[in-house]
Amino acid sequence: MNRNRPANGQSSPFILAELMAWIRALGPYRWASVRLRGWGMTGRAAVTGVPYLWLLLFFLVPFLIVLKISISDIRLGMPPYEPLLTWLSAQVLGIKVNFANYAFLWEDALYRNAYLNSLLTAGVSTVLCLLIGYPMAYGIARSRPSWRNLLLLLVMLPFWTSFLLRVYAWIGILKNNGLINNLLLSMGVIDEPIVMLQTDFAVYLGIVYSYLPFMVLPLYTAVEKLDLSLLEAAADLGCRPVRAFFRITVPLTMTGIVAGCMLVFIPAVGEFVIPALLGGPDSLMIGRVLWEEFFNNRAWPVASAVAIAMLLLLVLPIIILQRVQGREMGAHR
Amino acid sequence: MNRRRSFFVPTMMAFGFAFLYIPILSLIVYSFNESRLVTVWGGFSTKWYLALLHNEQIKDAAWLSFRIAATNATGATILGTLAGLALARFGRFRGRTLLTGLTTAPLVMPEVITGLSLLLLFVAMEQAFGWPAGRGFTTITIAHITFSMAYVTVVVQSRLATLDESLEEAAMDLGARPAKVFFLITLPIILPAILAGWLLAFTLSWDDLVITSFVNGPGSSTLPVVIFSKVRLGVSPDINALATILVLIVATGIVTAGLYMQRQQKRRERDVQQALAANL
Repeated sequence: MNRNRPANGQSSPFILAELMAWIRALGPYRWASVRLRGWGMTGRAAVTGVPYLWLLLFFLVPFLIVLKISISDIRLGMPPYEPLLTWLSAQVLGIKVNFANYAFLWEDALYRNAYLNSLLTAGVSTVLCLLIGYPMAYGIARSRPSWRNLLLLLVMLPFWTSFLLRVYAWIGILKNNGLINNLLLSMGVIDEPIVMLQTDFAVYLGIVYSYLPFMVLPLYTAVEKLDLSLLEAAADLGCRPVRAFFRITVPLTMTGIVAGCMLVFIPAVGEFVIPALLGGPDSLMIGRVLWEEFFNNRAWPVASAVAIAMLLLLVLPIIILQRVQGREMGAHR
Repeated sequence: MNRRRSFFVPTMMAFGFAFLYIPILSLIVYSFNESRLVTVWGGFSTKWYLALLHNEQIKDAAWLSFRIAATNATGATILGTLAGLALARFGRFRGRTLLTGLTTAPLVMPEVITGLSLLLLFVAMEQAFGWPAGRGFTTITIAHITFSMAYVTVVVQSRLATLDESLEEAAMDLGARPAKVFFLITLPIILPAILAGWLLAFTLSWDDLVITSFVNGPGSSTLPVVIFSKVRLGVSPDINALATILVLIVATGIVTAGLYMQRQQKRRERDVQQALAANL
């Protein structure tokens, strides 16, 4: 059986190769390939070009459109914004740029508070995530090798199940007649339910819970690579474990710490689902503000300005993340 | 001294895993609750599963989500594999930095921004060329491919980075064309990574709420959109039943894949040992 399996596994690529040979023998293929090569289109250019074009069209161009609409005037109708360029006469092209949307964001306390609140919420959640995630990653990396894969699988499993349903689960746990309050009431610890749902606490909890796997995985990779003999040397020289941890383990796993923190912080700033389901009406986060501007007020230019301003906040964290990951990739080679 | 740490770390691990799993377990337990009040236990019952079976809205949404997720996963896998191949194998070509940026940015981009920008693109395209006419299956699939191909790229690229290039070079030296080398040598070796990428892309699309809400149209509500509109009004027992079914499917799939990969690993190690023994 073992002898047969690999042969079966390899038969499909052989069929593909046969098929390729057949296609290549056909006249039209030859004609097309000669033509394409004449235009500088090699197989290599096609491999790079197809995903490149896709991303340019559906990722880069949309941003330029958002940028454009963020400096357009609001109007009633569909689409609800004025065109940027208009032909004033046959020869004269007029540009109407309007920064009022940005000024509006800056002047209105609601938006400023939403931005500050998003940064604060994401920051607090990231720190909490690190405090829970680091010991977990450390424990997994130091456990027996046969256990490691199972434990990693257990960390990843929630990530594969619906994000929305996992956030929903907390409503049942936190609400006034939910799991925690029922438990505490029946044990007689409290006399009336503690309000937990629709508070900032619930939002922190939701973010930490949802993004914990993103924190644990890069930390695990960093801790696993750590050379244990360094810690032994420190212990031999009389260094206490806590001191050795802060002087050796933390600096050497810094790439993992930074990568994990950024992977939690960046999406948490723009989070919509968690504040919408677990947060109160006054816990405004910028993702929720953008959503409401767009869907409830139909103010597309304002929503675009909110998006661009959010992106400006995230440029620095994204650059840090790219740096760290670039170094990580470089170290692999 | 050492004992204190060895006590602290396992406690934190137990706490962490309990934190990850108690909410999921509570969903499962309460899905068998007779009471409509979800969190007040009213006896064992499977009636919410039956209710789910007769809920046409949820069944339609699940079917639509499944079709979108499968189409998306296939498209994202093809595009992501091409991008991963280019980034891992073509050295420093012109525009490499931009391509790296374009493939990693969707990974961390807040979903509200991606959703908004894609919707504005679709509206502008419809105005300019009349395509895509309205929003639905096509626009949702395009949006999902755009953000999930980045994940496939990362998976394929990191697999190729750890793969020894000498096999491919040997085939090249023996006169195989690049396309043949890819289909005969590279593809079979990285196939597990490509499959993992497909599954990841499928799951991301199946779960996506925010981007879908921006680019969907009337009559094209995917499962997360239906769940969100129900859940916003509070807990609902049939959603618990649905969650239980989804969690069980995913858990079975992951555990099977994990066991299969472990067996493959063991077989490979044994094959290597046998080959070594035969040569000695």
